[in-house]
Amino acid sequence: MTDTPAVRVRGLRRTYGDRVALAGIDLDVTCGEVLALLGPNGAGKTTTVEILAGLRARDDGEVRVLGEDPARAGLTWRSRVGVVTQGAADLAELTVGEAVRHFAHYHPDPRDPGEVLDLVGLADRARARIRTLSGGQRRRLDVALGVLGRPRLLFLDEPTTGFDPQARRQFWALIRALAAERHTTILLTTHYLDEVEALADRVVVVAAGRVVAEGDPATLGGRATARSTVRWTGGQRDTDNPAALVADLTRRYGGTVPGLSVTRPSLEDAYLELIGAPS
Amino acid sequence: MTTTARPTPLRAVLRLGLHRGVLELTAFRRERDAVVFTVAMPAVILILLGALFDGVYPGSDVTSAQYLAPSMIAAGVASTTFINLGTGIAADRDDGTLRRLRGLPMPPAAYVVGKTLMALVVSVGEAVLLIAVGVLAFDLSLPADPARWLTLGWVFLLGGTACALLGIAVSALARSARSAAAVLNLPYLVLAFVSGVFFTPVAALPEPLRTLGALFPLKWMAQGFRSAFLPDTILPQEVVPSWEHGRTALVLVAWCIGGLLLCLTTFRWQGRRNR
Repeated sequence: MTDTPAVRVRGLRRTYGDRVALAGIDLDVTCGEVLALLGPNGAGKTTTVEILAGLRARDDGEVRVLGEDPARAGLTWRSRVGVVTQGAADLAELTVGEAVRHFAHYHPDPRDPGEVLDLVGLADRARARIRTLSGGQRRRLDVALGVLGRPRLLFLDEPTTGFDPQARRQFWALIRALAAERHTTILLTTHYLDEVEALADRVVVVAAGRVVAEGDPATLGGRATARSTVRWTGGQRDTDNPAALVADLTRRYGGTVPGLSVTRPSLEDAYLELIGAPS
Repeated sequence: MTTTARPTPLRAVLRLGLHRGVLELTAFRRERDAVVFTVAMPAVILILLGALFDGVYPGSDVTSAQYLAPSMIAAGVASTTFINLGTGIAADRDDGTLRRLRGLPMPPAAYVVGKTLMALVVSVGEAVLLIAVGVLAFDLSLPADPARWLTLGWVFLLGGTACALLGIAVSALARSARSAAAVLNLPYLVLAFVSGVFFTPVAALPEPLRTLGALFPLKWMAQGFRSAFLPDTILPQEVVPSWEHGRTALVLVAWCIGGLLLCLTTFRWQGRRNR
């Protein structure tokens, strides 16, 4: 199984009216990896995920998800794929426990509902009405429902948007547990760079419907080898050897260099450069 | 990969449809304001119109209010099926219910079965309430013999199912949950008038409106309920002096089949703005 990719996409295109959402995306996800699709709002992340999850039609391109075309796949395929979409506001009047027990009926081999609530940390909220949950709890419920059927591939569309930092960290721990526990392949979208660094084995950056970069989060945009920028009150210079330049400046100023700073591009700089935004 | 045997599609549809029906009823019951107003509206109209109309039809001892009551039961059932489902599905499309279901290994028909079951159960409650109002406020007599109870039963099942499927079919017309109530109330009110519910007796309607009404299920459901509750001495007030049970069954069954086909062709998982 491991040599077939979980996802293989070539030349994926989609337009809404005359707006081009996806202008030819290529994407590969290997089994067992956590891949982050990173990009600004409107880059085409949600459209990509919804097409791959079989929720939306495509205009053109070749798409294979777990060996099948999601536009034509049947119920057996759906039982192997979990989807957590954005902005679900359904089930408001039901309790957490009722919802998890109900949705277990859809799957051929579901997890135990109580076990899933433990996994996402909602066991103590099982009797609470879903409309009373906080944003973070609501999202964890969506993940619980997404993993009930023991999916081999899980899509998470902007899972932590709107979270406070503590809720975000708890959520990250949950995703790591899922990825480790059953070698679930995870494709998540995000516009948070720290989320990519915390969770992803590999990152694909999309902007304006195209892939603009991909690779290891640590070396994205060549930032591990990028030149440093040395700034001081009298000017600034990019260099491969900042230490030599600082020593030179120190000699020139005869002591303290006014306003001295040395910076290497952060992941954020690399990212902003890639998506063509002014930093 | 998995060795669990998949149930046959039809069994899966019925099993999941039943689970969905129970879930839908639980959620509906808990939205108390929606329950109260959905169910009370036809009862209030029956009380108001029943109090306004007066007189006894010549050749019978049936009052205007008693003539109105069975027709209002039909309008009530149409409201708890057609409007309830049409607006409910528009809401399901907006709040992410349908998107969630689309991503699950669920045959789509199970959703339709669940919605229809929920609407039929709510409709039984609606019918019981309206019958109680008719009996208590306007001296409506309950069906006189088992044959008339049987008529009440099959007209309810066929008429309710036809209106439920039509509600599911037209839910695609509403662009959003907010516009759905307005979109569904217009055809509902027009149908209630041309079917001789708000305008009694039905034979007094102008010919073109009567013909229009006869194309849709509400007219036949109202006529079927009148045949269950009213004595045959009222027949001169009908369009033809017969209860036309054969034709009623035929039209309602045709609408059940047509409604199901319409559902399958017009049903959309996503809103128009979102395709």
